Amino acid sequence: MMKYYITDNTAASVLLEEIPEVSYADFYADLSEKLADPRYHLAHYFALPQGDRMVFYCLLLDDNSSQVMITSYALNYYDDTELPSLTALHPQVHPFERDITERYGVRFGNMPWPKPLRFPFDRYDRNSSMDNFPFYKMEGKSLHEVNVGPIHAGIIEPGAFRFICSGEQVLHLEIALGYQHRGVEQAFVSTNNRLRQICLAEAIAGDSAIAHATAFAEAIEKLSGQDRPVQLDCERGVALELERMAMQIADTGALSMDVGYQLGQVACEALRTMTINTTQAWCGNRFGKGLIRPHGTNHPLTTQKSEMIRRNVAEIARRYDEVRQDIKSSPSLLARFEECGIVARDQMAAIGGVGQAARASGVCRDIRTSHPWGVYAQDISHKPITKTQGDVMARLMVRSREILQSAGYIDRLLSIYDQKYASELSPCDKPDYTAPLSASSLAFGLVEGWRGEICHVLVTDAEGKIAASRIKDPSLHNWMALALAVRGEGISDFPICNKSFNLSYCGNDL
Amino acid sequence: MTILNIILLLVVAVTIPGLINRTRARLAGRNGIRFMQHLYDLRLLLRKGAVYSTTTSALFRIAPSIYLAAAIVASLFIPVGNLSPLISFDGDLIAFAYTLALGRVALVLAAMDTGSSFEGMGASREALYGALVEPALMLIFATLALLSGCTSFADIFAAGATFDLRYAIVLLLAAYVLVKIVFTESGRVPVDDPRTHLELTMIHEVMCLDYCGVDLAMIKMAGWLKTASLAMLAANAVAAMIQLCWWLAVLLAVLITGLAIGIVESTQARNKLMRNTTFILAIATMAALVFFTGYLLQLKLVF
Repeated sequence: MMKYYITDNTAASVLLEEIPEVSYADFYADLSEKLADPRYHLAHYFALPQGDRMVFYCLLLDDNSSQVMITSYALNYYDDTELPSLTALHPQVHPFERDITERYGVRFGNMPWPKPLRFPFDRYDRNSSMDNFPFYKMEGKSLHEVNVGPIHAGIIEPGAFRFICSGEQVLHLEIALGYQHRGVEQAFVSTNNRLRQICLAEAIAGDSAIAHATAFAEAIEKLSGQDRPVQLDCERGVALELERMAMQIADTGALSMDVGYQLGQVACEALRTMTINTTQAWCGNRFGKGLIRPHGTNHPLTTQKSEMIRRNVAEIARRYDEVRQDIKSSPSLLARFEECGIVARDQMAAIGGVGQAARASGVCRDIRTSHPWGVYAQDISHKPITKTQGDVMARLMVRSREILQSAGYIDRLLSIYDQKYASELSPCDKPDYTAPLSASSLAFGLVEGWRGEICHVLVTDAEGKIAASRIKDPSLHNWMALALAVRGEGISDFPICNKSFNLSYCGNDL
Repeated sequence: MTILNIILLLVVAVTIPGLINRTRARLAGRNGIRFMQHLYDLRLLLRKGAVYSTTTSALFRIAPSIYLAAAIVASLFIPVGNLSPLISFDGDLIAFAYTLALGRVALVLAAMDTGSSFEGMGASREALYGALVEPALMLIFATLALLSGCTSFADIFAAGATFDLRYAIVLLLAAYVLVKIVFTESGRVPVDDPRTHLELTMIHEVMCLDYCGVDLAMIKMAGWLKTASLAMLAANAVAAMIQLCWWLAVLLAVLITGLAIGIVESTQARNKLMRNTTFILAIATMAALVFFTGYLLQLKLVF
């Protein structure tokens, strides 16, 4: 039996010395067994040089028991023995092993997909770079390649999509990301200004500003060990669900637009504006930037604000429900969305899919249920919405029902908030950017954003400064699901498959 | 009279896009752009220069001219109600169909000439749907020729004054099929989506991706003329039932096509690309049914 440090999503930070260190052989044997069981999946797995040693940390999530299991193994920094690759057994490990390889030159033997993830070049083989990305090739007289990108024409973010097609049918799609080298993780380390760090967290992926900021704030609060005001959980819950509503509505509109369904598009655009304007009326920013701060908030809810949010959200939910019914009862839309871009349950589990895309394929992964934190551990017992079809329609229906669910949660949280805290004169403290952090520790923030689970891992040095930050956006897992979804589909259905996932480029290119 | 015919056809050609835009905007709860905004856009394009890809040949440069010329010539065959068109001879309905086809060939070849994988896909789709829609067009023309006993548009609709009331159903169905052909030929929802930004799903628009300035303006004008010609045929068929006069035909051409396209584009999603084939074949089947109905009525078995 291999040793893990067992913790959960509400416990305090972990001292590095308390994390058990095992040999790679044990690690490999145990993970290859555990990852075969869909109840386990990797939250994070990364390498960290410590002096002349290279330490590898792994955070494994157990969905059935809400445990977070942390373990580690170490190598000599200059040790260049090949480690047997876990990706060969469990494809879900691929982004982590590719990241370790390109960052530190650690080689994994018989790695089936040894390609750069987000580095300009492969650390071990500098000739392998983004410029000559080794795209998968197929030979055949009737096949042709279609390259889309490497700049997305609409959102101006970089990503290359290489299709291999037989006529209109897609046989294979390979997605190459990693064109923008933002150095986000390093930027967290290069400053000690906590305000700067949280602003940075908000900028990791603009559409998940609240979710990423919450994950970072959670990690910081775990490290500082101070209790935060209870109202804060409630406010963060409302913010997170507002962001979820806004983005899922936007995607419903985008899907309608891509199939040329004008009524759905304009209705959703209007509703999305209403949602983000509600966030703006609360905190001054439509995407909720500035709302989430460690240990406190600059925008405490007042009775007026809470009433305004409840009124708007009820109206949005009512009007969105009409759009949802229209979509469900429109044959021309059903013909486009149903049985299109199917990702089977076992495929989704194998690649470690997360978030609403996984739930639409019957893989019930939701951090709000499996590893609850904040309000989800107290006031709300979240029931994830799942579908089994795994097609575009299923992803859309999961989205649309989550919008109504979120609207219900916001209403509940705000009524609780009004009852408990509104009478107090000063409902919430100002943020604290100077709280000392526990030294030589590891803390993680694990949050279910609208796209899926977001994981921030912070490691501090002996002086209590942040020594390393490792961030995982859900897109890291789910890009592979998109590649699988379009196999066998017509190439003209790629856009709706893509929109049904709506993954982040910058979430991948940290 | 011929001059009036040409002017009216031009009026129909520039009014239909405006009406489509206005219908769409109103159904979306918006005020919409200016009614004649597309003409301002056209003026803008006509003032611009052109940039040509170095991989293209002369074919690419002359294609828009051929496309526009074909559309202009084709539209000269079309009578507006009881007016007479500029060109008219026996069998001009065949000439009309293949003049339009000539324009299509030019554009398809030009798209292939760019060597872009997007445009190649668009060209292959356009060629496929063009070939599929042709039987529908020919069968409807054959029906009209059968009922009137003439093979030129001018004569068909001139004879239309004597059209028997019992042909009304055939004429109505012929007009319906023609409007469906307009949807296909002018690249509208549910076959194609002229507003989409997704190159992978485009049919007509993707073939024009490499064009700008005057070339793009020519392609746009040709598209309007093509739509107007077909819409006018549908309107003539309907008007022939009531009273074949030019103002009724013009009104019907603009209203039927403009409103039909506007409403369908607002309320319906476009087809899965694979399903377009079925959609167009269904139009051809309907055309065949219209033809046989017309034929049976012509035999006077019933009355």
